[in-house]
Amino acid sequence: MTEKQSMHIDPYEKNWIRLSIGLLVVFALAVTIAGFAMGIQVPSPEARVDPRTVADEGPWAEPGLRELAPGKYEAYVLAQTWQFTPREMTIPAGSEVTFYITSKDVQHGFKLQNTNINVMVIPGQVSKLSVKIDEPGRYDYICTEFCGLGHAAMFGTLIVE
Amino acid sequence: MLANYEVSQAEKKFIGLHLLFAVIAVSIGSLFGPLQALEHSGLDLYPYLQPIFKSYYQGLTIHGVLNALVFTTFFITGFLTLTTIYGLKRPLRYPKLNAVGFWMMVVGLVTAAIPILADEATVLYTFYPPMKAHWAFYLGLTLVVVGSWIEGYGMYFTYYAWRKENPGVRTPLTTFGGLITMVMWQIATLGVAAEILTMLLPWSLGLIEGTDPQLARTYFWFTGHPLVYFWLLPAYVSWYGMLPKQAGGKLFSDSLARFAFWLFLLLSVPLGFHHQYVDPGVPAGWKFLHAILTYSVFIPSMLTAFTVVASLEYAGRKRGGKGLLGWIRALPWGDPIVAAQLLAGILFFFGGIGGITNASYNVNLVVHNTAWVPGHFHLTVASAVTLSFMGISYWLVPYLTGKKLAVSNKFALAQVWTWFVGMMIFSNAMHVVGLLGAPRRTPLGLAPYIPEEWSGHLLRVGIGGTIMFFGMYMYVYIVAKTAWSKKAEPANVEVPLAESVQDPQDTPEWLDKWVPWLIGTVALLLVAYGPQLIDQISNISLTSPGFKVW
Ligand code: HEM
Ligand SMILES: [Cu+2]
Ligand SMILES: [Cu+2]
Repeated sequence: MTEKQSMHIDPYEKNWIRLSIGLLVVFALAVTIAGFAMGIQVPSPEARVDPRTVADEGPWAEPGLRELAPGKYEAYVLAQTWQFTPREMTIPAGSEVTFYITSKDVQHGFKLQNTNINVMVIPGQVSKLSVKIDEPGRYDYICTEFCGLGHAAMFGTLIVE
Repeated sequence: MLANYEVSQAEKKFIGLHLLFAVIAVSIGSLFGPLQALEHSGLDLYPYLQPIFKSYYQGLTIHGVLNALVFTTFFITGFLTLTTIYGLKRPLRYPKLNAVGFWMMVVGLVTAAIPILADEATVLYTFYPPMKAHWAFYLGLTLVVVGSWIEGYGMYFTYYAWRKENPGVRTPLTTFGGLITMVMWQIATLGVAAEILTMLLPWSLGLIEGTDPQLARTYFWFTGHPLVYFWLLPAYVSWYGMLPKQAGGKLFSDSLARFAFWLFLLLSVPLGFHHQYVDPGVPAGWKFLHAILTYSVFIPSMLTAFTVVASLEYAGRKRGGKGLLGWIRALPWGDPIVAAQLLAGILFFFGGIGGITNASYNVNLVVHNTAWVPGHFHLTVASAVTLSFMGISYWLVPYLTGKKLAVSNKFALAQVWTWFVGMMIFSNAMHVVGLLGAPRRTPLGLAPYIPEEWSGHLLRVGIGGTIMFFGMYMYVYIVAKTAWSKKAEPANVEVPLAESVQDPQDTPEWLDKWVPWLIGTVALLLVAYGPQLIDQISNISLTSPGFKVW
């Protein structure tokens, strides 16, 4: 190797690489803005629980909706094969609900249709997400992770009046 | 480098055995794909499979394990063995070592298959605890992975021996890409190795009471994301290193091809949290970091797109193609080997666009675990990869058996196009219905919450899936007929190694040096995963008992 070697890059390709880097920056900015400025949330560690006892003591012993203030609710949801408890909840339109979801057995999913709520439900962990719904209607929450033979039938309904 | 080195009959047989297992796996695994698709459109054929196959989910486990894990791993280790020895023009350094690796994979496959077929491991190919399969399932998977490691070691030793014989010579590109694939796999599979050996295997044997399902997911996706690059990079080996020649041209840039492979090594592993954006036990900041790292894979992907398209354009113009797009028509579309890879590339283009969407952290909220996701990866693993492997088979099987393809060119072309058309319909419908909210891994015919507006799309899932059924079994037929035909015409096939426009010897030396890139890879991994792994492992709580819920 007598001559000095450097990487040959075709001029078109140079521009292509510049374009790629430019697009990359745009994508990264878009996620950053959506994540921070617009406050789109993904779950973060909330609490650890013991899946063996979580259905017997603590808030998931009596899962359900609790009103914290007018228009502000929290919902403790327990997932198990193959149902969510509670199966049905009703809130007035325009209110905000914070979900706290856990599982007493295997992994499940919790997806509230036609909203941004979509989260894994993992034994030992608490999935916390909030949503504000203005449009009245029936919103199904369905299980989106395989959890055994009855998985396809596992769902509940949030009624917004 | 031995002067007139020829791959020996024994070596061809060894590689051929890999292919045999791969094709058997995909032909069994794919039986369930169309059944799943038809189930979605309202035609439930599972009652007729009783009592052999117990449920949709058992079928889905078979589909995922055999197609995504077994077919790919066997095809890839076989194909890369060939690119190693053929490229280096020398035999395997320790052929017995590779044989041990291969037979260990076979034993592992059988060990895992027994509980799956007995409905004792209906846990899908992601086997998330605390669903608890029979221990033989975890043991079998471990043997498959360790066997693939050993085959990888065999390739490294061969490379090392060649390097000592040939100091200063650039590693042939196809060999180089194959080695990077195997090294990346080696690092990536440490995740499932830790998951199975420290948690699932002792647990299924009754040595420990419970698991930590969140930590298990983190381990799993440490491997699960780079798994897709383990599938994809061998297809890239063909796109970069062979397709230019098959299309009648040359590789546009040897050095950028190598640079892209290094970036894939660097960036394949440290971004697995993008599969866990909606996991409760992973901090949002780490998810964000992995989102950004995921975007950076965009760079080597764009480099690949450019180099492959530029090489094809070179070929097309050499063949007389004129004008802005005339070169595309001038490509040898009549050759099923080329057509398969071109169509794979087109499907992959759509897959790539969807992939950017999935990676986008908050857009992911909409599509996570919906039918969008299988819609997406049938464009990647089941198209970019599988369709390329089909095309590769059309020269590889003749090369290994010495027999010409036992069907007409037209038939092989029809096979390729059938897969393409079926996939366009299927994957588009899956994407749409996923956006509307349909969950994946769900026999939708049994789901009580399906709105009427999904039914048109679900019908298209079934139609596309049925067309894919024909595409798949035409392929199996072609390979089987060629392999078994007695009085076939002898084939005179060479391994299609593409020349590069630029002499590879002019590629800078830093693009052919392992140590700095390996250090970089490990360093990035430590930064991107280290703190979270330490945190999750030191807070481990093995409190989740096992369940058999099928
Ligand atoms: C023969 C044509 C095929 C059809 C019609 C088909 C259809 C399907 C369908 C409808 C699903 C979704 C099932 C659900 O989520 O409930 C699925 C899942 C899947 N398919 Fe295919 N598929 C085919 C071939 C392939 C091939 C060739 C591969 C890979 C090489 C593959 C890999 C997968 C994987 C990894 C899953 C996910 C399994 C899981 O969620 O556990 N498929 N397939
Ligand atoms: Cu479920
Ligand atoms: Cu990924």
